Amino acid sequence: MSVRQSLLAILDQGPCYGYQLRAEFDRRTGSTWPLNVGQIYNTLDRLERDGLVEKGDVDEHGHVYWQITDAGAEEVRSWLASPVQRTQGTRDELAIKLAVAATLPGVDVSAIVQTQRRASLAQLQELNRAKYAGANPDGPEELAWSLVVDSMIFAAEAEVRWLDHSEQRLALHPHHAMSLELSTEKPRRGRPVKDPVVEQPKRDETPSATGAVR
Amino acid sequence: MTEAVLRLVGVTQQYGTGATAVSALSGVDFEVRPGELVAVMGPSGSGKSTLLTIAGGLATPTTGEVVIEGAYLSEQSPRELARLRRRSLGFVFQDFNLIPTLTALENVTLPLELDGFRARVARRAGRDALASVGLDDKGDAYPDDLSGGQQQRVAIARAVVGGRRLILADEPTGALDSVTGELVLKMLRARVDAGAAGILVTHEARHAAFADRIVFLRDGRIIDESRRAGAESLLAGDVR
Repeated sequence: MSVRQSLLAILDQGPCYGYQLRAEFDRRTGSTWPLNVGQIYNTLDRLERDGLVEKGDVDEHGHVYWQITDAGAEEVRSWLASPVQRTQGTRDELAIKLAVAATLPGVDVSAIVQTQRRASLAQLQELNRAKYAGANPDGPEELAWSLVVDSMIFAAEAEVRWLDHSEQRLALHPHHAMSLELSTEKPRRGRPVKDPVVEQPKRDETPSATGAVR
Repeated sequence: MTEAVLRLVGVTQQYGTGATAVSALSGVDFEVRPGELVAVMGPSGSGKSTLLTIAGGLATPTTGEVVIEGAYLSEQSPRELARLRRRSLGFVFQDFNLIPTLTALENVTLPLELDGFRARVARRAGRDALASVGLDDKGDAYPDDLSGGQQQRVAIARAVVGGRRLILADEPTGALDSVTGELVLKMLRARVDAGAAGILVTHEARHAAFADRIVFLRDGRIIDESRRAGAESLLAGDVR
């Protein structure tokens, strides 16, 4: 989880107390991932349990300064040096929606694409405006958080491109060619039967029906 | 309500006749007002470039009307049309289209000089236009001495010089890297905010996001239109 490693990387710059750590994280990410103080302390507790940070000095206001351990510094180096692994096979809500809609008889998928595209483009415009709304775009804090906005901009653009691509692919097919009416074959519960010998004798199945069970 | 700088009314553009006729545009209604930047998107062959060519008076539509600053193009003589193009609109192309043997300033002032302005007046307007795109100090440079981004900014200065109010940009970032491209679009946006009207043809949604309105063309028709959302911030919530 990047919050854990981000906080650790900030502590690698020097000891911080909890609230200070939150402020440091915020000004680097432009509050795009707002964290509450509770999350900060939970994370610090877990980092301490794992031997990556330890409690240090307490100042006159009672702030406990957390400091990174050697193991923690090593963890930061390894985090910065390794690529972020995207989780495989995430269920993208939009992709699933489009796939299902494309197979429903009587549903106009191009209308779904257009509705989505309008929303995605409006989001892009809004993000773009946010990106250039700041007072000093070249200052380090604004640059840092505008990189986060950029990542959202590129993701939204990728979605629009994917929508265009899908729309054009779907346009190549007459609508009825995509439709899947409800199948008359009733899938059975449990695993498909492996050995035809143990098949229930009463059942009247055609070969194609067995073939359809995957 | 401010009058539109450009209006297309029921514009159809057909190539060929009879059974082999192809419609590049079919009944397109479209307008751009001062201070407004409209992006035109769509797949190749959707009619984006045809729309720009017709909007710029470089082609006459098969049917329909083009109105620039109140003037119906169909009612103009060729000479009047040429003058209207010189005075009212500026083109920005993907590959800059600067004249390599002229300096940046001379490139910018050329349309004014063709229009009969005195050299001194043209030069002053040219310097102002270059300053408006942040190139005050590059007037004497030749296009070859400038980076791609700087050349495109010269092209934008040329498009707005002398109070031109309609900028037609055809993939202006196509030959630029993404950071330089954004800088050029910011300049274009700034010129529009200063009172011009602009059409931006692009296939990149990220760049279309600089516009106030995004229209989507497919098979010569406007099939979709997106307007800039209200003031609510996306960054405040709904961030994963």
